[in-house]
Amino acid sequence: MHKELHLIMGGEAGQGLDTVSGLLVKAVVRSGRHLLGAHHVMSRVRGGHNNFRLRIGSRPVQGPPDTFHLLAAMSQESVDLHKDKLKDPGIILVDAAWELPARPGMVAIPFAELASRPVFRNVALLGVIGAMLGLEASLFEEQLEEEFRAKGDKIVSSNLDVLSSSMKWAAENAPSLPLPKVDDPTKMLSMDGNQAIVLGALAAGVRFCGYYPMSPATSIAEGLVHAAVEMGVVVEQAEDEIAAANMALGAAYAGARSIVPTSGGGFALMTEAVSLAGVSETPVVFVVVQRPGPATGLATRTEQADLELVLYAGHGEFPRAILAPATLEDCFYLTHKAFDLAEKSQGPVFVLSDQYLASAPRSVAPFDLEVLAPIADPDLGDTDPENYRRYNWDNPISPRRIPGHGKSLVLADSHEHDEVGHIIEDGGIRVRMQDKRLAKMDVILSEVLPPEFSGDEEPDLLLVGWGSTCEVLREVTAGLRENGVKAACLCFTQVWPLVPETFMPRLEAAGTVVTVEGNSTAQFAGLLRKTTGFHIKDTVLRYDGRTLTAGFVMERLQPILEAL
Amino acid sequence: MIDTKTYGEFKTSWCPGCGNHDVLVSVKEALASQGILPHQFVMVSGIGQAAKIVHYLKCNGFNGLHGRALSPAQAIKLANPEMTVLVESGDGCTYGEGGNHFLAAIRRNVNITLIVHDNQIYGLTKGQSSPTTMTGHVTKNNPLGVFDQPFNPVAVAVAMRASFVARTFSGFHEHATQTIEQAMKHPGFALVDMHSPCISFNKVNTFAWYKARCKEVSHDPEDWATAMTVAQVFGEEIPIGVLFREERPSKDTQLPQCADGALYRKPVDMAAVKQRMLAYA
Repeated sequence: MHKELHLIMGGEAGQGLDTVSGLLVKAVVRSGRHLLGAHHVMSRVRGGHNNFRLRIGSRPVQGPPDTFHLLAAMSQESVDLHKDKLKDPGIILVDAAWELPARPGMVAIPFAELASRPVFRNVALLGVIGAMLGLEASLFEEQLEEEFRAKGDKIVSSNLDVLSSSMKWAAENAPSLPLPKVDDPTKMLSMDGNQAIVLGALAAGVRFCGYYPMSPATSIAEGLVHAAVEMGVVVEQAEDEIAAANMALGAAYAGARSIVPTSGGGFALMTEAVSLAGVSETPVVFVVVQRPGPATGLATRTEQADLELVLYAGHGEFPRAILAPATLEDCFYLTHKAFDLAEKSQGPVFVLSDQYLASAPRSVAPFDLEVLAPIADPDLGDTDPENYRRYNWDNPISPRRIPGHGKSLVLADSHEHDEVGHIIEDGGIRVRMQDKRLAKMDVILSEVLPPEFSGDEEPDLLLVGWGSTCEVLREVTAGLRENGVKAACLCFTQVWPLVPETFMPRLEAAGTVVTVEGNSTAQFAGLLRKTTGFHIKDTVLRYDGRTLTAGFVMERLQPILEAL
Repeated sequence: MIDTKTYGEFKTSWCPGCGNHDVLVSVKEALASQGILPHQFVMVSGIGQAAKIVHYLKCNGFNGLHGRALSPAQAIKLANPEMTVLVESGDGCTYGEGGNHFLAAIRRNVNITLIVHDNQIYGLTKGQSSPTTMTGHVTKNNPLGVFDQPFNPVAVAVAMRASFVARTFSGFHEHATQTIEQAMKHPGFALVDMHSPCISFNKVNTFAWYKARCKEVSHDPEDWATAMTVAQVFGEEIPIGVLFREERPSKDTQLPQCADGALYRKPVDMAAVKQRMLAYA
């Protein structure tokens, strides 16, 4: 039995890979195993080649796998593309009808017999894999009933029949590939990063979402759409990203906690609204789910190249915070925190995710809703309404009242303005108002998340990373240490503002420091240098649109390791 | 007593004689006659001379970005359906920079009132052509005259079956006030294209020019085909009044989430969040 099991399934868009992988993920997690999946999808609805990689362990697993015990090929192309990634020995599941020359580990599945119609092939494959892994049929049956109930009893029973005959066939004809053993299975959930962000927003009391569909952020808006009526959220598909962002600002002005999910290209259109949030001191949470650019780039792939875009988005100067979740837990808790921070600092707060984190399903323990601190509220009083000044500068954080809540008149203005919110041209007022806004940075600074350090104190090799790639850094670090390298990693989940005292001693105590990022120009290392003067010379950069893996990092680290 | 003084007196930066002064008085009169107090409505605007109106009356105000007034305005209404929401901006802001938002707002039919100060020129940036500047009009940036065809906002709005489409002229004070009032009382998206002369930069479409041309319509505003014909008339005669009206449920009354009043008053239902989370088991 393997300690971990690595699976890859490949096929054309439209062959039902999504359904199989979704059902398999849920069944594995329900069986008590930890798991992480990674979707590699082409930007098309039919054809092409997509694959889904799954890493299963008896303990929590970190990055996506590089090599596999099992390749399940739904198209012949899949065999050619992935056979070299198989471990030795590995198993390849193919269609018997392809009549491929036999090779060790190849299992030819008689799909024509098991699936009366091509639409059932994915369920047949699911049955074969399920039986090989030793999963109970009941783990799939319940899900198939849920999945196909809307299509009628006949479809449900046909699917169940295909499942049953395929599991039976596999038990007799396919090798067994048992799942890692778990002694004490815990109850876990399975979801992806965008789903965790939706839950974090709902737990924060999100009341408005403005969006324009764009991969890989769309499923955040869709998640909110499905919760909208029950949870009291207005989710508006706007005519463009400019409207989406400006709507969110209007809703926030009217007191509704607002979120704007988008990706780089859409966010680029929103930057004027970001600036408006800055000057009008309107709390709003932007979730930027990165994909490779420039422009349309690689629509369904991953990258971490929009850090500088988000950091500098919006003309003029104003405070902001940028949170960069590394895990599902971060997606949930940091999104929740973003709403609190937006209200406390009365301005834009960003959650910077990426396609990999957004779409990778993982097992996770239920989030602890009890530990969540209540989100800050605006000033829901109405004292002395005649003299209310929205931008009262006695304190950097002015009382933010809600129009219509009482008799106070609330003015939000895009111009430079006086304390009430009226247009001004006076240089003195301008300076004082700008200083007041910038002073809100202290509120943000008081809550900055320090980077997480793990590994050897005073390491010979220190890996620095941020956001979704942190988990891979932890895995690489653990692997290096097992092999006797004094290694550590420093993982940032808040990339702005930076508080040097929380990490400079770590950088200075290390021998060689390497930045590992999903972009081509080492943006975060550049930001560190700008902020602290510390120059990280060595880099491991991935910008081919694929997810970072431990194997990729180890390969690139070789020359550096040899020079240590 | 509620009257125009309820909304205060402010020093403006508009030129003396600008049509905007008249629009401001009409807006105050329309508010006063309906008994709407300053804290009971939000005035939303974009950027331009007209958009400064937010600063010239006592109100809740959102003076946002150029072209973008309609976006926050609709969201304010959805986030607080009890609030009266007015939008005022110019022809450049609303029909040029904000053209896509104008089309979407008509489709969305949120119950707000849009008053466009249409002076057929750019005032704030001093005399460039706007989307409604007439073909052949020589402006600062069109020395050979404007080649482009003007945008006809009322014809577009009627073609899209906007819920309420009216045109008026700031110089016909009673007409302007009554048109605004009707628009505000209409339960849906209401457009008032308000011709309001720019005395500094538009020497063609002057007060006298509009006065000689604006004529009250006499057709049934619920007759779409006639409204479509009337809406295309602009030149020697300019039809004013309610061109088209069609009541249908506004978006803010259709969304179940908006039925309980302002969204910010709704507490977080953590039990429901938990249930949604556990559905991922």
